[in-house]
Amino acid sequence: MNDLIATEQLVKIYKLGDYEIHALRGIDLAIERGEFVAIMGPSGSGKSTLMHILGCLDRPTKGKYRLEGKDVSSMDRNSLAEVRNRKIGFVFQSFNLLARTTALENVELPLLYNGSSTKQRLEKARAALSLVGLEGRENHYPNKLSGGQQQRVAIARALVNDPAIILADEPTGNLDTRTSIEVMEMFQSLNDKAITIILITHEKDIAGYAKRNITFRDGRIVIDERVAAPKNGKEELRSLPPDESEDAV
Amino acid sequence: MKYLQIIRIAYKALGRNKMRSSLTMLGIIIGVGAVIAMVGIGEGAKKMVNAQIASLGDNLLSVFPGSHMQGGFRGGAGTMTSLTEDDAEAIKIFCSAISKVSPVVRTGGQVVAGNLNWGTSVEGYAPDFISIRSWPVASGTMFTDQDVKGATKVCLLGQTVVDNLFPGQDPVGEIIRIKKLPFRVIGVLSPKGQNAFGRDQDDIVVVPYTTAQKKLMGVTHVNNIMASAVDRSRIDEATTQITELLRRRHRILPGQEDDFTVRSQLDVATAVGSTSKIMTVLLGVVASISLVVGGIGIMNIMLVSVTERTREIGIRMAVGAKGRDILVQFLVESMVLSLIGGIIGILFGLSAAKIVSVAAKWPIFTSVSAIAMAFCFAGFVGVFFGFYPARKASLLDPIEALRYE
Repeated sequence: MNDLIATEQLVKIYKLGDYEIHALRGIDLAIERGEFVAIMGPSGSGKSTLMHILGCLDRPTKGKYRLEGKDVSSMDRNSLAEVRNRKIGFVFQSFNLLARTTALENVELPLLYNGSSTKQRLEKARAALSLVGLEGRENHYPNKLSGGQQQRVAIARALVNDPAIILADEPTGNLDTRTSIEVMEMFQSLNDKAITIILITHEKDIAGYAKRNITFRDGRIVIDERVAAPKNGKEELRSLPPDESEDAV
Repeated sequence: MKYLQIIRIAYKALGRNKMRSSLTMLGIIIGVGAVIAMVGIGEGAKKMVNAQIASLGDNLLSVFPGSHMQGGFRGGAGTMTSLTEDDAEAIKIFCSAISKVSPVVRTGGQVVAGNLNWGTSVEGYAPDFISIRSWPVASGTMFTDQDVKGATKVCLLGQTVVDNLFPGQDPVGEIIRIKKLPFRVIGVLSPKGQNAFGRDQDDIVVVPYTTAQKKLMGVTHVNNIMASAVDRSRIDEATTQITELLRRRHRILPGQEDDFTVRSQLDVATAVGSTSKIMTVLLGVVASISLVVGGIGIMNIMLVSVTERTREIGIRMAVGAKGRDILVQFLVESMVLSLIGGIIGILFGLSAAKIVSVAAKWPIFTSVSAIAMAFCFAGFVGVFFGFYPARKASLLDPIEALRYE
């Protein structure tokens, strides 16, 4: 019971008119603190549904989900919002930053909803931005940042509230190879600081950076294995030819 | 979340779409502006009518004779010849709430000066007439009690009569003929304009009432008696005093009807006042409708805004915003929109009222309470019409909202 995440027979059924779609067919999953898990599977395999439930954006139809030992599967909307705010940081494929809002304000966003003071907000947001290597760009708008930088702002936003888990949904889907490796390298270094990371991807390549790979098919876990020797983002970057398009930070 | 923070976010969100925000605000600006201007104009009209009534003479009371009845045949009000100058004298002496009294004797006739003539109203009064009606003499002098006693043939002309008989001349000292009798013009009354009912008050020749009775009409009664109360607050008291006095003088037994009526200017003022009040309310209602239309405009834009910002709502919810936070955010946005609109609308309404007052020479009266009310109403409109879109936003499903393109 010391697991960070523990699910028992999670079932999610979507009703589409007369049809029932069984997105999850009984998932038993345990993730410990400090793990770096990649969840893989073709589209429609249920991995996104699982992420929504793990991220407290959705509730399972049946089964239990314990986050830090607390059952969150039957909480109401407001309590779930609170859990999301305190325990979970999201990183999305399309970055999902607020347009025409500076990097700093984007990072501050989660702190607006838990009563932090203005001073605390500013301090934490600055610290998170410098952790992802974006100090000096606090007042840039998202449209003035490269894709990699935008994703790093999103990671800073996910980190700012010291969450228990970072949930990343196809974080490299919109990025080129080099930037993808940079982002994965960032996740690895965060994981080294004992931050739990759950990554959803359909690229085997990207999953290779995680320590544990789980593969989904038709709403069930088909493979759950430790990665013997995860790729190292730092080394991978070094082996790439020097790049001139992406600005060095 | 702190309120200042919410307002700052709302302000920023509105700033992102300046054109749209200002067009939405325009609805509220026009609505609030219309309320302010219309109520101002209505109040001004009320003041103007009141001033006109006051110009008839402050604290004015009129005593009219009752209807004449002969063998079951009843004449109209004022057909009786029951009032005399002695009644007027008695009122002056015995009624403590009355300060000035003048009998009124009315006739009409052709007035001739040189080769010009003019049919007008000839009215006989006592010298106090000037102050009872607050109608000063423009040039020359008023006749005196001596003239009344001696029934001398002197007269004062109203401005209209002067214009018709002595165009471009000073008539004071000239001789005119009223009903073929020569009268000396001793003064001209200041122009008074139309009364509240459209009659030209300047079409008048004023003579001593005794002269009208004896020289022009050959009667001993008076048409009615005019009096002014010592003070506005004592008009009711004065009415009672006159009624009691005249009942005694006319030997009317208890239970019998009065053979006269006492009317005060206050009654007229109240009647006209309530009319203009209705007008103000009516204008206010019409203007309020435009405010409501402006509110619907806000609702419309907020709905568009919620749809457009679905993804933003999703992001906010994903990082921990509760439904209530989203509700408050959109509600505050529509309130900021309508309150800023309200402030601009008040300025706009005040200047519109000012322009009307200068252009149409119409007094405008804008009260602080009307402004405060319009402002609060604008805020209320913001909350009322902002609530539905805000609620819609707060009920969005975070997953759906995040997927929205």
